[in-house]
Amino acid sequence: MHRAWRLTKRRLVASIPVLAIVILGTFLLMELAPGDAVDAYLVSLGGGDSRLADDLRQSYGLDQSALSRLWLYVSSLARLDLGWSIVFNRPILDIVLERLPNTLWLMGAATALAFTLGSLLGILAGAWPGSALDRVLSIGSLTLYAVPGFWLGLVLILVFSVQLRWLPTSGIETIASGKVGIARALDIARHLVLPVASLGFIYLALFLRMMRAGMGEVWRQDFVLAAKAKGLSRRRIVVHHVARNALLPLVTMLGLQAATMLGGSVVIESVFAIPGFGRLAQEAVAGRDAPLLMAVIIVSAVLVIIVNLLVDIAYAWLDPRVGSSEAASR
Amino acid sequence: MKPLIRRFVSSPEGVAGALLLLSLVLAAVLGPFILSGDPAALVGRPLLPPFADASFPLGTDQLGRDVLTRLVYGSQASLTVGFASAVVAIVVGTLVGTVAGFAGGLVDEGLMRIVDAFQIVPGFLLALAFVSVAGPSLAVIVLAIGLGAWTGPARLARAEVLSIRERDYVAAARVIGMHPAEIAFREVLPNALPPVLSLVSVIVAAAVLIEAALSFLGLGDPNSVTWGGMIADGRNLLRSAPFLSIIPGLGLVSAVVGIYLFGEGLVEALSIRGRRL
Repeated sequence: MHRAWRLTKRRLVASIPVLAIVILGTFLLMELAPGDAVDAYLVSLGGGDSRLADDLRQSYGLDQSALSRLWLYVSSLARLDLGWSIVFNRPILDIVLERLPNTLWLMGAATALAFTLGSLLGILAGAWPGSALDRVLSIGSLTLYAVPGFWLGLVLILVFSVQLRWLPTSGIETIASGKVGIARALDIARHLVLPVASLGFIYLALFLRMMRAGMGEVWRQDFVLAAKAKGLSRRRIVVHHVARNALLPLVTMLGLQAATMLGGSVVIESVFAIPGFGRLAQEAVAGRDAPLLMAVIIVSAVLVIIVNLLVDIAYAWLDPRVGSSEAASR
Repeated sequence: MKPLIRRFVSSPEGVAGALLLLSLVLAAVLGPFILSGDPAALVGRPLLPPFADASFPLGTDQLGRDVLTRLVYGSQASLTVGFASAVVAIVVGTLVGTVAGFAGGLVDEGLMRIVDAFQIVPGFLLALAFVSVAGPSLAVIVLAIGLGAWTGPARLARAEVLSIRERDYVAAARVIGMHPAEIAFREVLPNALPPVLSLVSVIVAAAVLIEAALSFLGLGDPNSVTWGGMIADGRNLLRSAPFLSIIPGLGLVSAVVGIYLFGEGLVEALSIRGRRL
């Protein structure tokens, strides 16, 4: 796995300047905001005099110049200190670490659903281009791709929670149920069904369409003609020659979609009242908690970098051509 | 121009999308003249279901406001924000991509790192943060959504420019002593534009959905009726009056489907033309 290690090292080095731009940009954005953390804090207290405001600013270092505050922020980030949340009155890192698993489960399950079901249906559509099944899947996926996730969430709640009463409407688990072990895991899974569907269906449509389009291109290639000439069965051609080659671009798409999916989880977690990382963004905005909002943006960027790195490693593993030419030239 | 239209008409998807989009635009533009009602006025008994009263075809909401009138006004906000943010994204993206690809070297390196930075921050999160900082207004929302969407056009424009700048007519322009900026914007940019324009429908559709999500979370333009805001208002009455959230959602889906289909038909018509040339 020497190749994967080299790839990792190169990607991590390349992401340092990008992350620096994200941090600087986030800092500048927050500088534009009217008022500062002390104003927000005083509002949450119900007001205070200017002496108290000045004292607080001095103790937090908010009376210093923007440049020295940026330096202060960056050096505390380097110590993995994300600051102090005004809304929660706790260290932000603790809140983020507490919330992150819920969101990672949600995104992981949504990705798994979208990728497997999307590519399978895409194979079905692409196996017989122009067939009735292909047309139905094409129109269906286009419509699904146009459905806003938060609205789909409400419709699913209406059908499966309100009408059929099969699934819970909100939350990540039954509160104070006292469940442990497998019973608790099943309870969480039941709570995640609707959010995962709401978040994942739009990507399901995307993967379906990409798979279908990719297979359309592969069908025209010479090696498929050769496989047909050899007299291979259609099923074998579809599975071993066409679908297999159309699958690789979908893996790349996984990385590209990581950022938009994280953005989507902000709204989905709000609809289903899931205490996750995405909802933290909305809570930060609602509570005018600038340090928390900055931390959410920066942690999101780090998450997207990590996901993309994992996707790159997976891609290199699936496609031996990646990175090996470089090794030969060196 | 005529063959382009004929080719577009020959694709059933494109025509369906054009009709859908056209009817929505017509409703958004003409609706206020036909309905003549105020979307914020309390005109009827609250929570009338759809199709129950001829004067309120789609019913009334919890305050007794006409749902149809609000739906029409909501389409204005959605379509305006969608198209305006796409214009911002395409203009900014194409300019940045052209400069990066044409200048090369450190300028290219620096600009592309900025593109990377914008790409690893979720666009919706960026829009959310920007709107919360600058305050929700139509212009801020358009800018916020555009800010998260310009990276695609920038990458595509740069890739195009990299191949175009090696062509003979660019070399010829250099030989006759044209200023590099003039070459970049008069010779290279117009030729790099067509592939970038194929992204328009996807960007408009995404912008419509982001605007809806922002206003669903209460960060929409407070002075206009929005579909996302209507869905949020109806959310608390999901059990007793589900039509209040379902109807604006159907409006969103049909608008986005219309935009996709229209865009696909257009791209198809354009690419056939490209192949023949």
